[in-house]
Amino acid sequence: MFRFLLRRLMVAVPTLFLVVTAAFFMMRAAPGNPFDSDRKLPPEVERSIMAKYGMDRPLGEQYVAYVGNVLQGDLGPSLKYKDKSVAELISEGLPTSAVIGLSALTLACLVGIGLGIIAALRQNQMIDNVTMAIAVLGVCIPTFVTAPLLVLVFAAKLGWLPTAGLNGIRSLILPVAVLALPQIAIISRLTRAGMIEVLRSNYIRTARAKGLSEVRIVLRHGLRAAILPLVSYLGPACAGLLTGSLVIEKIFSLPGLGKSFVIGALQRDYTVVMGVVIVYAGLILLLNLLADIAYALLDPRVKLS
Amino acid sequence: MNRVLSASSHGTQTMERAAVKGRSLWDDARRRLLANRAATVSMGLLLALVLLAIVGPFLTPFTYDQINKNDVWAPPLTAGHLMGADSLGRDLLARLLVGLRVSLAIGVVATAVSLVIGVIWGATAGYLGGRIDELMMRFVDILYSLPFIFFVILLMVTFGRNIILIFLAIGAVEWLTMSRIVRGQTLSLKQKEFVEAARAAGLSDQAIITRHIVPNLLGPVVVYVTLTIPAVILAESFLSFLGMGVQEPLTSLGTLISQGAQDMEAAPWLLIFPSLTMVATLMCFNFIGDGLRDAIDPKDR
Repeated sequence: MFRFLLRRLMVAVPTLFLVVTAAFFMMRAAPGNPFDSDRKLPPEVERSIMAKYGMDRPLGEQYVAYVGNVLQGDLGPSLKYKDKSVAELISEGLPTSAVIGLSALTLACLVGIGLGIIAALRQNQMIDNVTMAIAVLGVCIPTFVTAPLLVLVFAAKLGWLPTAGLNGIRSLILPVAVLALPQIAIISRLTRAGMIEVLRSNYIRTARAKGLSEVRIVLRHGLRAAILPLVSYLGPACAGLLTGSLVIEKIFSLPGLGKSFVIGALQRDYTVVMGVVIVYAGLILLLNLLADIAYALLDPRVKLS
Repeated sequence: MNRVLSASSHGTQTMERAAVKGRSLWDDARRRLLANRAATVSMGLLLALVLLAIVGPFLTPFTYDQINKNDVWAPPLTAGHLMGADSLGRDLLARLLVGLRVSLAIGVVATAVSLVIGVIWGATAGYLGGRIDELMMRFVDILYSLPFIFFVILLMVTFGRNIILIFLAIGAVEWLTMSRIVRGQTLSLKQKEFVEAARAAGLSDQAIITRHIVPNLLGPVVVYVTLTIPAVILAESFLSFLGMGVQEPLTSLGTLISQGAQDMEAAPWLLIFPSLTMVATLMCFNFIGDGLRDAIDPKDR
């Protein structure tokens, strides 16, 4: 276990380093800089601002300085928001994004696994067909279609929920539901496929022959093997949630990390973009690691070595 | 869903025919695919959509970028606009057809890019095996664990929003799964008994590859290609929604939908028609992909 973690860490650190490097040079290769706005600055003012942030030095030197700062935990100041450091911006945005993302993931797993099991047990019956049709729809309708439609119905017409903004638990219901929907679709399909295959296997027949109750067979013996494909889907699922959160935060005008990233990228706020990329990449690497550990715990055939 | 039923009712019939002339893998697959109603309906609908996207823009009375000051917010079926007009009085039908064309083109080209990279990478890794294989697949693992949409966004910001770059960027993201599938297939096919048997029977390498390896490799690849196209269309629409996709006045389904969402309360048709088109297109690909998987994958027979 310890050796496994160490080995994964040996891969994760260079990966993170690669990400930082690629993002740094891509961002700098973009035309424009954070200080050219509609109103043209006099050249000497622009030069002094550039000098203040060390951007008048050669790119390689800046890169070394940046990496050095990051290694000491310093993500630098935002170039657009005066008087705010990137760390401050991230600590403001991360909780919102994390709450939405984790709630959506939990919701998607609970509902998706539940629907998948029901569909598998009633294979080719009415309820299975309906569930799978909904699952296909869920994959095909982009979040930026479901979001405005749900807002139109539940916020504008019925007035049950707020349309946008972050104001208490109720304002999170729509974003979380919209974000979870495509994942529910995928997870229910994965669970159904896994369950159907497992229920045909010999050890389930043995369990039946022993006279175990159906509930016990499905939930204790079946589910454990059936959700294995699901566990390896968790990594991509998190990436999907991140992608979705960019859109969700824009539609519902939520002050999350995704919003900072998009605005930062468009405004060439180099340090903010870099900071968000580092946080997200670190998060994904961590979640992939957790998924691997969970996989090994569930499947005794896999050894972490 | 109804595949199981129809397959068994076809069973006796196909058995008799098999005695007369040999059934190839693909004959089998075609028969199973055609028995799948969702897939056949989808194929018909998709064909219609593709034809519309190719021919349609030439037939509309308005062009997609023609601004008509008198027709601003014209509802459907008024002022000669079958599907209404947008905030600049541009005909929605004309824009929808062009948008569909752009989205389909992005889907096909980006998928082709991912296919080329994925097959070469995966087949090389699977064929060479050993340490090179491990190195190449570890690289894929690493790329897998990255928040790739961020890199696509950075790419778009860096090099400006041109449509060829969208093709390349999305294609470069989507090849990872393809390479894994191809590599896995190549690896396992190399040592299958039927390949050994064919070799023992004195078949040449070339015959083994064309008769046994390629058809078995092709199946999962074809399935994955049909499932990648809608994923690509979706990815493009995400970019367009964030304002980083196809640029005005050219349009795509994603661009149309995001504009429609902004004007949804004043002009719901601007959201409804593009959304329906997009959902129909994506569903067609998904049903065809599922149908193909059921037809080709021998595991569920």
